[in-house]
Amino acid sequence: MNLSRKLLILVPYSWLVVLFLIPFGIVLKISLSDIALSIPPYTPKLEIFSSSAEWLQYFMALDLENFIFLSEDRLYYVAYLSSLKIASISTLITLLIGYPIAYGMAKSPEHWRPTLIMMVILPFWTSFLIRIYAWMGLLSNEGLLNQFLIWTGIIDGPLIILNTNWAVYIGIVYAYLPFMILPIYASLEKMDVSLVEAAEDLGCSATSAFWLITAPLSKPGIIAGCFLVFIPALGEFVIPSLLGGSDTMMIGKVLWEEFFSNRDWPVASSVAIILLLLLIIPIILFQRNEHKQREVER
Amino acid sequence: MNQSRFSWFNATSLTFGFAFLYLPMLILVIYSFNESRLVTVWAGFSTKWYGKLLQNDAFLDAAWVTLNVGIWSSTIATVLGTMAAYVMVRSGRFLGRELFSGMIYAPLVMPEVITGLALLLFFLAIGLDRGMVTIILAHTTFSMCYVSVVVTSRLITFDQSLEDAALDLGCTPFDAFRSVTLPIIAPAVISGWLLAFTLSLDDLVIASFTSGPSSTTLPIKVYSAVRMGVSPEINALSTLMIGVVTAGVVAFSLASRKIMINRKSDF
Amino acid sequence: MIKQQAHTIFEPWLNPTEKPIIQFKNVTKRFGDYTAIENLSLDIYSKEFFALLGPSGCGKTTLMRLLAGFEAPSEGKIILDNIDIVNVPPNMREVNMMFQSYALFPHLNVYDNIAFGLRRSTMNKADIPDRVEEMLRLTQLVPLAKRKPHQISGGQRQRVALARSLAKAPKLLLLDEPLGALDKKLRHETQFELMDIQEKTGTTFVIVTHDQEEAMTVASRVAVMDEGKIVQVATPDRIYETPNSIYVADFIGDVNFIKGKSQILEDNKILVNWAEGQQPIIGTSEDRIDNGADITFAIRPEKVTISFEEPLDIANVFKGKILDIAYLGNISTYHLELPTGQNFKAQATNTHRIERRTYTWNDEVWLSWTDTAGVILSE
Repeated sequence: MNLSRKLLILVPYSWLVVLFLIPFGIVLKISLSDIALSIPPYTPKLEIFSSSAEWLQYFMALDLENFIFLSEDRLYYVAYLSSLKIASISTLITLLIGYPIAYGMAKSPEHWRPTLIMMVILPFWTSFLIRIYAWMGLLSNEGLLNQFLIWTGIIDGPLIILNTNWAVYIGIVYAYLPFMILPIYASLEKMDVSLVEAAEDLGCSATSAFWLITAPLSKPGIIAGCFLVFIPALGEFVIPSLLGGSDTMMIGKVLWEEFFSNRDWPVASSVAIILLLLLIIPIILFQRNEHKQREVER
Repeated sequence: MNQSRFSWFNATSLTFGFAFLYLPMLILVIYSFNESRLVTVWAGFSTKWYGKLLQNDAFLDAAWVTLNVGIWSSTIATVLGTMAAYVMVRSGRFLGRELFSGMIYAPLVMPEVITGLALLLFFLAIGLDRGMVTIILAHTTFSMCYVSVVVTSRLITFDQSLEDAALDLGCTPFDAFRSVTLPIIAPAVISGWLLAFTLSLDDLVIASFTSGPSSTTLPIKVYSAVRMGVSPEINALSTLMIGVVTAGVVAFSLASRKIMINRKSDF
Repeated sequence: MIKQQAHTIFEPWLNPTEKPIIQFKNVTKRFGDYTAIENLSLDIYSKEFFALLGPSGCGKTTLMRLLAGFEAPSEGKIILDNIDIVNVPPNMREVNMMFQSYALFPHLNVYDNIAFGLRRSTMNKADIPDRVEEMLRLTQLVPLAKRKPHQISGGQRQRVALARSLAKAPKLLLLDEPLGALDKKLRHETQFELMDIQEKTGTTFVIVTHDQEEAMTVASRVAVMDEGKIVQVATPDRIYETPNSIYVADFIGDVNFIKGKSQILEDNKILVNWAEGQQPIIGTSEDRIDNGADITFAIRPEKVTISFEEPLDIANVFKGKILDIAYLGNISTYHLELPTGQNFKAQATNTHRIERRTYTWNDEVWLSWTDTAGVILSE
């Protein structure tokens, strides 16, 4: 390997080591340090150790106190469970809404499709913050949704949606819907038309052909879409912060408040580490699914 | 899939689906032209909120910071991300390859709160004052991973014999990259830049962690305004941002479609 | 199928004073545990049209990539014009390659594709247009110079690739399955074009192919490869008529194999005792065959004559029953059963347009061939 080749590898590599790997090492370290010693402003330092004894001493000082603190405090416990619940339910709703859209796109005339795909992608390019903000006006007590529902006579008084978990569900579904539609559409679009025709030729009704042929064959897309919604939803901050209420507990929000309001960095770091641990399982499953897909296509 | 039987059910789900995706933003745009400060009551057409917005120095300053951060971080990220993609696709085995690919994919799935927290603690540790530089560093780090993914997917389908042919015809490896590979993967590199730029413009969480008092970005400004509730000025700002992004994306996809047609045989 | 050269016979490999332009000396190439090329030695002479023939995975593409410089050998030397080129990078070698996918640069037009290598050579800038024009004329591409690769047909792309790789006048041109992407008819025409261009430019060509017919048509010599080794190197007619192994006989063309034990006669003839109670086959061999050795007799179907009457004055005559007839237009192939139950193929030309169906299923016929029609292989 010659010099320019080495340089080509070294530049992005060292960038990521310095600005990604080392920062995570610091989070891990702080999450293990003592609260008493690190009452804010705790200034982490990159210590350089001259002997192994110092290393040892250093590690002795680290403990799991923060994690024990987290496990004893109901707040965090509830926040983790509630995050999982909110992320799962909204993933399911996104699937139920996204699948028919992807299906409709796949069955649409071929010359529509590029436009339809662009229409799905376009919101993704628009500011996330603005898209969530748009719902604040719609969902408020005097908002257009309530005005509309009262006008139609469905309800007498305004529904309280904003600042509840309902608004968080709506926000997540709205924000991540494109992530669900695109992989499902991709797997439906690849599907061979003649498969469904063959099923119908062999005596299936259109409905049973869908459940027996189309749905199973779009499974990889469904799985990919669910992960793509679930993983970011779990650590979401903006949506619960703007649309949720004070009783909406999500880890991202807790971490933010722990850090900016309570300024308790060790606890914030521990919250981050546990959030990461929660995410590792779905991420590994997702990667495995993607890998399997690539193998199949090869 | 079958296109001959586009049913009423398909039509309905598409109509409702796209209405769901677009109505909230459409309403936001319409209400940005509302005369009244009460954002839920229509009181006639007016562009006064746009005028107010343009006189708001705090917003203009934030917009300037955001633009600067966006251009710098996306440009550096494009260079680094393209290098990383090239390394991943072409360099075969090297020491720490697994770690490298892990570091490229991890920021894509990492919750922003964690990335932001980690970078803030790192900047404190090395004693770097928070400001525009730290935001640029932070944005470059996560957006280079997105660029790398976009460019990697293009490089994988790139016929390596084109590079072999360039070498065979007398190019040095760098010359081969510059005169053959880069022109062909240019659309992907440009998409990567646009993606990095949009991510940077859009980012609230990481910027909040890594910005200093002198360097507030637009999303931070918008977020703190929005927490107080809906305001017509923010509606106007949002409309401007939506307009710019829509125009940019539509123009780019039309342009790249034209390039695609010109290069159908890009095997 | 066999090329007959009308003019003076070109056989530098028979001339001991001739120096080869390319020499592989004990070259081995390993990829991890896998050995792609094993201790291979080979000489290729100037102005040869040399074909590397073999199934996929036999190492022929690796051999070509070693020549182009995209791979370095694990052991051994590769000598081009008296210089060991193992450590010369591809961009410094006087070897050019025509890629299987053609590898035309999609963002450059035909002219710029052809000029690409020249602009990176020591050639005087002012001379480049002339050279490109010359190549365009040679490959009949002049009207297409300004087109992009996707605006021309497959056959035209093939010619651009050829012109581009020839433009720098390399000492050696490598062609990796150059006609693989063309349809059958165009492929035949292009084979002759390639031979014509090779003769005009006097360049040494090395072609890699898995198509035996193509190798036989274009090449002055063919190397048949199997599992990283060269099994036989010879002219196309020698390869076809005197294969040195079952592998070569089987790989090229259609063939019948009959296993047996040898019995040496005085006049260099060999008897093949192939079945109990059957008259032995009389044949000859170029190899030294021991008495009583296990041997295989190989004969091509077209060397076998079919008749209703028992033929006289011919060395080998056997009975057979027709099982199946494959009508191929110009010829018919007969699938027969020998009295021992073995299957056997024979071919006859359909000389009359409306043939009386002389031979039909279940007919008992006589099969005959001369004592030099087949070969005896010592394995």
